[in-house]
Amino acid sequence: MSDTSQSSAPTKMSTYLLMIVLIVLALSIVSLIFSVSAFVEGNELVAGYLLVIGFIAMGLAGYVLFQSRKRVASMKIEAPKVMTTVECRKCGFKSIREFQRGDFVFKDLNPCQKCDDTMIITGIYKEVKEKEKTYGV
Amino acid sequence: MSFVPGSDAISQIISIVFYGVFIVFIFYGQRIQMYVMIREVEGSLFKLKYIKEEGRKIAIETIKEIGKPQTDPSTRVDRYLEYFTISPQSMDPAGIVYKLDHILDVRDTRLKDEVKIMAPASDEVQVNNLENTLEAAMALNFIYKVVRHYYIQGKKTLSLYIIMQLQMILPLVMKEAEAYASALKAFAYGQPIGDGAGPLVAAKLMHGYETRKLPKDCVVASVPIEGRNAFIIKAEGPGGNVGKPGDAVKAVIEENEGKIASVIMIDAGLKLEGETVGEVAEGIGAAIGGPGVDQFKIEDAVVEYHIPINAVIVKEDIGDAVSPMRKEIADSADKVIDRVKNVILERTKEGDNVIIVGVGNTIGIGQ
Repeated sequence: MSDTSQSSAPTKMSTYLLMIVLIVLALSIVSLIFSVSAFVEGNELVAGYLLVIGFIAMGLAGYVLFQSRKRVASMKIEAPKVMTTVECRKCGFKSIREFQRGDFVFKDLNPCQKCDDTMIITGIYKEVKEKEKTYGV
Repeated sequence: MSFVPGSDAISQIISIVFYGVFIVFIFYGQRIQMYVMIREVEGSLFKLKYIKEEGRKIAIETIKEIGKPQTDPSTRVDRYLEYFTISPQSMDPAGIVYKLDHILDVRDTRLKDEVKIMAPASDEVQVNNLENTLEAAMALNFIYKVVRHYYIQGKKTLSLYIIMQLQMILPLVMKEAEAYASALKAFAYGQPIGDGAGPLVAAKLMHGYETRKLPKDCVVASVPIEGRNAFIIKAEGPGGNVGKPGDAVKAVIEENEGKIASVIMIDAGLKLEGETVGEVAEGIGAAIGGPGVDQFKIEDAVVEYHIPINAVIVKEDIGDAVSPMRKEIADSADKVIDRVKNVILERTKEGDNVIIVGVGNTIGIGQ
């Protein structure tokens, strides 16, 4: 089989960004701990503020982390699956297989399994599954 | 001091914050907008840098794998990626086409020689494929550098208009860069690309008939179609090659002393949004892209001998044109052949000579 279906991606997100996210995450946890301690001490207003701040910070850190991972994932250069159609012109026997390096349209291949005539490549193509959006027009 | 009379402390704080935000937006609104745009451009630039690096990596790996060089080709590849071509001076435009033609020929020879040095073990087909791979990497390198230039310039001058222009065209630039990124692997593996629609039709028409070489990097076969004698022309495959159809068409017309009833050109044409990939359309004129040299030569030759020129195109977008050929495009080849036969039947008489040219990159397509 061919070696064409590999894809590559950057291995990690920016260290700088990761550091900021981790600091914000740590501060949000500290805020939540303080919130609990304030609540225990009976200072409900301060506890409420700290709780809100803690959750917002935690949410933001999570969002930035999620967005960065999404961006990293979207940067893969995907090699699409390319298929080769092999046909026997004499008996019409047809087979479809994955593309192999060295294949080209109208290349003569091995003899046909059925009639022993030379088989040739009649098509090399990729199939795109998703349909294009028409936006209702 | 109370900003909102009769309200509590929290409401006052919210009011102050609201006024503060309002004032900040009055004075710094444009600047904030600019920073948002800069951030957006920065993200795309980051992605472009990654694509460019991948392009370089794929090119180097392919050269090492196919060309079996004795030394590391990285330095030469880096030098190759920085090559530039200076277009001829156009103050006096007379004869500019031939000047441009000459410069493009020199460029082509120079780049092919470089590839041969980098990949000594590669054959002619592989040299063409490697050249195409490197050209795609070169295009990605250029796109990245231009976007980076305007990004830095915008940041340096803090000019909203530089950043705004860049941000506005960025979706199109990214689409093109992504198209080149997918082209890289197709070129490296020698897979047919969407631009090969024309050569694919020509190959289907000429397959099984004797071919001979034409200038430059083209082949021709004489094929009987509907009682006419058709000269089918395409770039010589299966290596990545577009040939010079201008010279080839001119040569065939001159060989036949201008006795050609019609020239039919088949090419991939850019589709508009909303149109279907692989749709076939028919028209008049020289269907050929590129710098315009070949179009000029073909038009020159057909005008000289008063030969009608027809075109059949297969619609696709820029991404489809440079990435592995989609099934819809491959399937459209038979529809194109029907259209071509139709044109021949309607526009020429039995026994006439017809030229059919399959224009485009013939990578992965033999004859």
